[in-house]
Amino acid sequence: MESIGVLMVCPMNSYLEHELEKRFNLFRFWTVPEKSAFLATNKNSIRAVVGNSSAGADAELIEVLPKLEIVASFSVGLDKIDLAKCKEKGIRVTNTPDVLTDDVADLAIGLMLAVLRKLCESDRYVRSGKWKKGDYRLTTKFTGKKVGIIGLGRIGMAVAKRAEAFSCPISYYSRTEKPEIKYKYYPGVVELAANCDILVVACSLTEETLHIINREVIDALGPKGVLINVGRGPHVDEPELVSALVERRLGGAGLDVFEHEPEVPEELFGLDNVVLLPHVGSGTVETRQAMADLVIGNLEAHFLNRPLLTPVV
Amino acid sequence: MNNTCVLVTCPMFTYLEQELETRFNLIKLWDHSSSKAEFFNNYSSSIKAVVGNTKVGADAKLIDSLPNLEIVASYSVGLDKIDLDKCKQRGIKVTNTPDVLTDDVADLAIGLALAVLRKVCVCDQFVRSGNWISGDFGLATKFSGKSVGIVGLGRIGSAIAKRAEAFQCPISYHSRSKKPNTNYKYYSNIVDLAANCEILVVACALTEETHHIVNRKVIDALGPKGFLINIARGAHVDEPELVSALLEGRLGGAGLDVFENEPEPPEQLFALDNVVLVPHVGSDTGETSKAMADLVISNLEAHFKGKPLLTPVI
Repeated sequence: MESIGVLMVCPMNSYLEHELEKRFNLFRFWTVPEKSAFLATNKNSIRAVVGNSSAGADAELIEVLPKLEIVASFSVGLDKIDLAKCKEKGIRVTNTPDVLTDDVADLAIGLMLAVLRKLCESDRYVRSGKWKKGDYRLTTKFTGKKVGIIGLGRIGMAVAKRAEAFSCPISYYSRTEKPEIKYKYYPGVVELAANCDILVVACSLTEETLHIINREVIDALGPKGVLINVGRGPHVDEPELVSALVERRLGGAGLDVFEHEPEVPEELFGLDNVVLLPHVGSGTVETRQAMADLVIGNLEAHFLNRPLLTPVV
Repeated sequence: MNNTCVLVTCPMFTYLEQELETRFNLIKLWDHSSSKAEFFNNYSSSIKAVVGNTKVGADAKLIDSLPNLEIVASYSVGLDKIDLDKCKQRGIKVTNTPDVLTDDVADLAIGLALAVLRKVCVCDQFVRSGNWISGDFGLATKFSGKSVGIVGLGRIGSAIAKRAEAFQCPISYHSRSKKPNTNYKYYSNIVDLAANCEILVVACALTEETHHIVNRKVIDALGPKGFLINIARGAHVDEPELVSALLEGRLGGAGLDVFENEPEPPEQLFALDNVVLVPHVGSDTGETSKAMADLVISNLEAHFKGKPLLTPVI
């Protein structure tokens, strides 16, 4: 398989690169100075693309790779892949579901606790020596707060299961009600936001869910409400979110994703009611290794004509 | 009751002081710090109740100086700052604030574990300092599924276990005696517990027996991939040993809400990115502080009305 060209679109994981190099002819797209020239030269040998949450396979890239057979994403999210185009051309698509569910759900809970109990702020308080001058102020209890989840898929369910252990009543919004689920369903996001204390974005990013968190939803969540985003930055109308936080119309936010990563609105940096993370939802040693193994497993299966492990298309 | 003298030992919560003032003749010990002798001359025989907390309680010296003391109501669940023997001897009642703070402390234990393993505070700082523009953050450690060992399976320890179970953490514990109604694995020796878990949580009461229960041997057993979470008392841990283990990489990390000399934690920890340090905030939410204060007030009211105490210790 060493002659099979695999194009990795951006740096994501050195173990993955290493393992791909052992098996395939790996092209590191980000090291190429003249991308169009490179593609013109190598397009006929590239049979697979490996992307992630930052860069995937858009229509433009797919069009320029006539021998492309499979796109294997080092992510569960598929928003950076033109799925319609892949379907059209019979190109397979795989992602990395399940192996990262726990990490993302853990982070959602970690963000809730960090925001409500102001963990990072009080850690800074201690390290700056301020504790000597007086106690830190009172924060907000987490146990028992109502948690509303947008998207009750693998990750949404995992968040719910954890939050239940803290006696949090769970409610949710999704495209369709899930009759087998005991949590309370709301047919609209605004209604969900109006009836919970902590709103968690855990759905996939599609045309329908772009800016699903808008001014109306933020107003409904209100000055005592907290938004947790472990989905995608574009799920949230970011300028609206920023002004709501700065003007204290929203109680707080825990954000792992942003509209223009790695750029984060600087107005948030001075706020004590937000926790800002650099898209680390699945960023643990254990999980990234499992994700990498799944990417390799899917590519090997494809080129050996075996069933794909985690196909999407 | 308005002329019943109640001594509050240090500033703890404005709402509590206000509520005490409406019901009793409230005397603030810190208002008299410059004239202690005079204070005791004027007030000592009229003080019938002391309200203490985790910083200043009722030690033998204070109790001895108050001949008509009837009750010590602690604004805490921990009793390590109260001389219980002396109280028993003198027939002085003691109350604390159990249950109302259990959730907050357990939440904090999980919050600290997540923050340490997933490097939440380090990441937040990374973003705010603009470093994300230059490159991604490195990898942290997964929390789900890690084995959690709890020292002390009382109200707080059990609440921590229940939460950790939702993250598929196998639970084991050490306490003075095995608890009959649990499925968790028991270790009669804390070193064995530490050797067999990845995250060790201190959740027991501070007594003579549990002073420095987390010592060099326990820290060694926990090891370079192990994490210590302390939401109990600073004195549970041999702090210099903990500090050197962290500095030398012999312990994987720590989440600490309590220290041996509050409010001065060891400054050598301030530069480490595998620790999270919070200023004894275990029960410091608006909701819980009010519930604790209401419990202190209710216990005092019950006592002075001759009714049963709500949460007596002795």
